[in-house]
Amino acid sequence: MPMATAPQAPPSWPLVRLDSARKYFPIRGGLFGHSARYVRAVNNVSMTIERGETFGLVGESGSGKTTLARLIPGLLRPSGGRVLYDGRDIARTHGGELNRLRRRMGIVFQDPASSLNPRSPVRASIRRPLDLQGVRGREAERRVLETIDRVNLGREVLDRYPHQLSGGQQQRASIARAIILNPELVILDEPTSALDVSIQAQILNLLQSLQEQIRLTYLFITHNLSIVRYMSDRIGVMYLGKLVEVAPAEALHDRPFHPYTAALLSASPPLNPRLRDRKRYRLEGDPPSLISPPPGCGLHPRCPFAVEVCSERTPPLVEAAARRLVACHRWEELTLKVGPGA
Amino acid sequence: MKVMAAPPETAILQVDDLSVCFETSRGSVQAVSGVSFAMAKGEVYALVGESGCGKSTTALAVMRLVPPPGRIRRGHIRLGDEDLLALSDEAMADVRGRRLAMIFQNPLVSLNPVYRAGSQIEEAISLDSVPRPVAWRRAIEVLGRVRIGDPAERALRYPHELSGGMRQRVMTGMMISRTPDLLIADEPTTALDVTIQARILDLLMDLCSHSGMALLIITHDLGIVAEIADRVGVMYAGSLVEQAPVYELYEDPLHPYTRMLMRALPRLGKGQGRLETIPGSVPDLIALPAGCAFHPRCPERLAICASQTPVSRVVGGGRTVACHRGEVDR
Repeated sequence: MPMATAPQAPPSWPLVRLDSARKYFPIRGGLFGHSARYVRAVNNVSMTIERGETFGLVGESGSGKTTLARLIPGLLRPSGGRVLYDGRDIARTHGGELNRLRRRMGIVFQDPASSLNPRSPVRASIRRPLDLQGVRGREAERRVLETIDRVNLGREVLDRYPHQLSGGQQQRASIARAIILNPELVILDEPTSALDVSIQAQILNLLQSLQEQIRLTYLFITHNLSIVRYMSDRIGVMYLGKLVEVAPAEALHDRPFHPYTAALLSASPPLNPRLRDRKRYRLEGDPPSLISPPPGCGLHPRCPFAVEVCSERTPPLVEAAARRLVACHRWEELTLKVGPGA
Repeated sequence: MKVMAAPPETAILQVDDLSVCFETSRGSVQAVSGVSFAMAKGEVYALVGESGCGKSTTALAVMRLVPPPGRIRRGHIRLGDEDLLALSDEAMADVRGRRLAMIFQNPLVSLNPVYRAGSQIEEAISLDSVPRPVAWRRAIEVLGRVRIGDPAERALRYPHELSGGMRQRVMTGMMISRTPDLLIADEPTTALDVTIQARILDLLMDLCSHSGMALLIITHDLGIVAEIADRVGVMYAGSLVEQAPVYELYEDPLHPYTRMLMRALPRLGKGQGRLETIPGSVPDLIALPAGCAFHPRCPERLAICASQTPVSRVVGGGRTVACHRGEVDR
């Protein structure tokens, strides 16, 4: 598809599509570095991200959400399955073509330091994607100024070094760098986790206005359930490298279908002391290792609702209702309710 | 001016007019300015605020562990009938082990990497002249209490062999093993996943309601405060700007800073409204604004706010607030 002309009707396929995507990391072991064992960071994930939506991805540490996010721009190659961006298989895209695909995506990390060079003024970091595309001189400066305007940064910050900026300013600068090539998709990996509440609010508001103004699609990764609900149209929940539930944000909060979602929702503090006595779904023990995940459903050793079949067969991700997917043998029998959404 | 938020006869901790400053080459950093609060036995008191507000320094002052070049410039800290600032270093060290304990965000600060998890708790317990075998058995019990699965086996592991969440629980176990009168927890769950966090918070609340231990929790997370605090103190730029029972604080915050902080929290779904933001940024603690430190950012400021520091006033219902606006309105 030509870059310059915006199509009247968007294509019918999703912007991002994962088909049984897997990412296994070999573990060095054995005498000669043979590796027979793998960390199954992303294990058979199928999902889509539609144009213009915010897809929130939640899960605890080790759930695979960050690895999944790195598969989409091809920062990691899948070990199996397919990752399609605008219909094109990232793993089969190379060189200049891969570069052209990648510049349609931006990434913002939790730690702004990972996208801002500490030894250069902020201008250089924001402009870097333009340099790589061969945009220089006055045109580059014009676009830098236009972009920092969009993220509400003053021009005075451009000549400062990252350490001279506040945490909020640093994150604005990272966002500026991520959007300077006018991408369609921005991957936001815990973008506000390191920030104070008042700064977090500024960044979340900024991300929402940017989405409205320049029609961005977001993949928003976080462990914070209140933030993901505020930001997302749809939410995917990951556990042990698998997607266990996908649903519209409100529906997921009102009535989760998967016991893990219910446990996650009921464990996260609801910002309202009156909800202390809400119904809680508690999981037994700690998450198992990604190297030897339990057979069947990965949650069964911890799940209060597990029955025999759960330890025998892996539940497939099935369509449970309109726009809702769940991977649980018992979802139809269970009525999970976490109390008034807070 | 001193404000008692709990009657002194039941207070386990009483902090009066505490000021801590750090002498630096740039000048004197006013980390804590005139903070007063009291805690009752078994109470959970949360000190909440954004980075640099002085909440952690306040906690370290109670432990008498303010690192140099910081020093306690003024004030009194009493633990029960003990005047902590008057104690010798030895006597204070004894209080710290026995009656006062602190858990930190990073458990590796407190765990010794060359000792097994169980040994570290055993050692703490044996300080009370408990024989070793008994102490070891109790250490395993403690690991079970902090919800560590298979405690007898995990007791034999070294810290690096445990996950971050387990280390945090081992440290918590070590600190509660002697049932201190007061446990201070500085962002105890920030590095943990929410399901593990929920378990640690449940455990801490349990200890407070059953053993009478008081808990001073330091956090920036208003979700955690809503979940476990009985009373809350909100700090801004080194001062305690508001104190209230938790329900009142969330339903009717009195200080403009608290109100704005509450409205900055994402509580709704997408497209249901923007979050409130606080204009400007936190002041430099070396050059605090005259008057109320919040006045340059406050949408409700009066002329007096730029010249006179508001004094903390009791407004009834166990609440205090330091705001000139309240003097007129309420």
